[in-house]
Amino acid sequence: MSRYNRQIILSEIGQEGQDRISRAKVLVIGAGGLGCPVLQYLAAAGIGTLGIVDFDVVEESNLQRQILFGVSSLGQNKALAAKSRLLDLNPTIQIETYTDKFDEYNSLQLLRDYDIVVDCTDNFETRYIINDASVIESKPVVYGAIYKFEGQVSVFNFENGPSYRCLFPSLPEKETIPNCSVIGVLGVLSGIIGTMQANEVLKIVLKFKGVLSGELLCYNAKSAEIQILKFSKSKSEIERITKKSSLVLEGGRSSGPSMSKNEISFRDLKDIDTVQLVDVREPNEEPKIQNYMGLTVPFRELESRLDEISRDRTVILFCQQGLRSKKAVDLLRKHNINNTLSLREGAYGLIKLNKIDNDG
Amino acid sequence: MELQIKYYGMLAEISQCDEELLNFDGTTGADLLHFLIQKYPSFATKDIKVAQYNQIIDLGNKITSSEIALLPPFSGG
Repeated sequence: MSRYNRQIILSEIGQEGQDRISRAKVLVIGAGGLGCPVLQYLAAAGIGTLGIVDFDVVEESNLQRQILFGVSSLGQNKALAAKSRLLDLNPTIQIETYTDKFDEYNSLQLLRDYDIVVDCTDNFETRYIINDASVIESKPVVYGAIYKFEGQVSVFNFENGPSYRCLFPSLPEKETIPNCSVIGVLGVLSGIIGTMQANEVLKIVLKFKGVLSGELLCYNAKSAEIQILKFSKSKSEIERITKKSSLVLEGGRSSGPSMSKNEISFRDLKDIDTVQLVDVREPNEEPKIQNYMGLTVPFRELESRLDEISRDRTVILFCQQGLRSKKAVDLLRKHNINNTLSLREGAYGLIKLNKIDNDG
Repeated sequence: MELQIKYYGMLAEISQCDEELLNFDGTTGADLLHFLIQKYPSFATKDIKVAQYNQIIDLGNKITSSEIALLPPFSGG
């Protein structure tokens, strides 16, 4: 195939390297300033399976740096808009999209199917969840972060190397560190840092030496200076992660919204056989629930299928991650159907519940 | 001894310079941070890493290099 000719003729890559690239499965979390260049180069290089996680929609202020999107993508979910652009760039690869927020409930499940995780998020909460989940699932994380004219790149948890917590052990207090939407960012900087992340992904896939493990690359766009700072693994920090029973962050702080009275956790879901379960996801969405006996009413059809919703049993609505189902509960209550609750952890909660039941 | 200190990210904004020369009488990384917090009180609210010889050190380690880098975590993306 001529598509990959220019990289296959590099003696360090060759057909064997290209085969590695096409077998690789890479999960990119965040399809924003960093995620766009990462996805663009990885798709172009022919990474066989790309997963894209983003719950956000494209806004005009994103176009200054989020290079996969154009005016026609405004208002669309970023993961879905990125997928349609990338399939035009390279229709030979597999692209999976996840349109719910990446959090402590779905993180382990999402990571499981991938070889490498790329952290392109814009907030500390998600970065710590990615780190902890990756340590638990033994996945390398290619990390990038930016601040105004400066960027950081590193690879965590690579072949038992140090993790993000070995560098910065705890989540900073909220509001001590502002993000791009508050302080601004140079568009080209996210391109430079994202492209460096894509390079690290390819180095891992191709088994090149010199992966930035235990090293934090610091780049300054104004001075064009790069300084690489080494750091060591902290066994106690790694143990602290592996011994944790859940991924809820320190201080009980969670990245997701707090529980509202219209929600229920799978942990509190008793007598599952007496409730009506309603899956409000689109039929093709993952994860599938085994032996599912409930209704499937995609959110967009809900208002036209109100007569299928039980009026006497408790109705538990769920989606992938508990956001659409919350909206669905609000919608049903507008129609005076009040016996409804949204499942906080979404489909992943049901899967966990099934596991608990099956394991006794 | 005289140290050349390089500031990353918002530390450079607080100090209003990318780097500066300072006379430091202490011994460890923790002494250095304590010394800098006197000069820049808002450093106290940041999680700051100290590096010498291109290596991030434990704050208990001795400062032996005359070139130091200080960096905070970033989260932007």
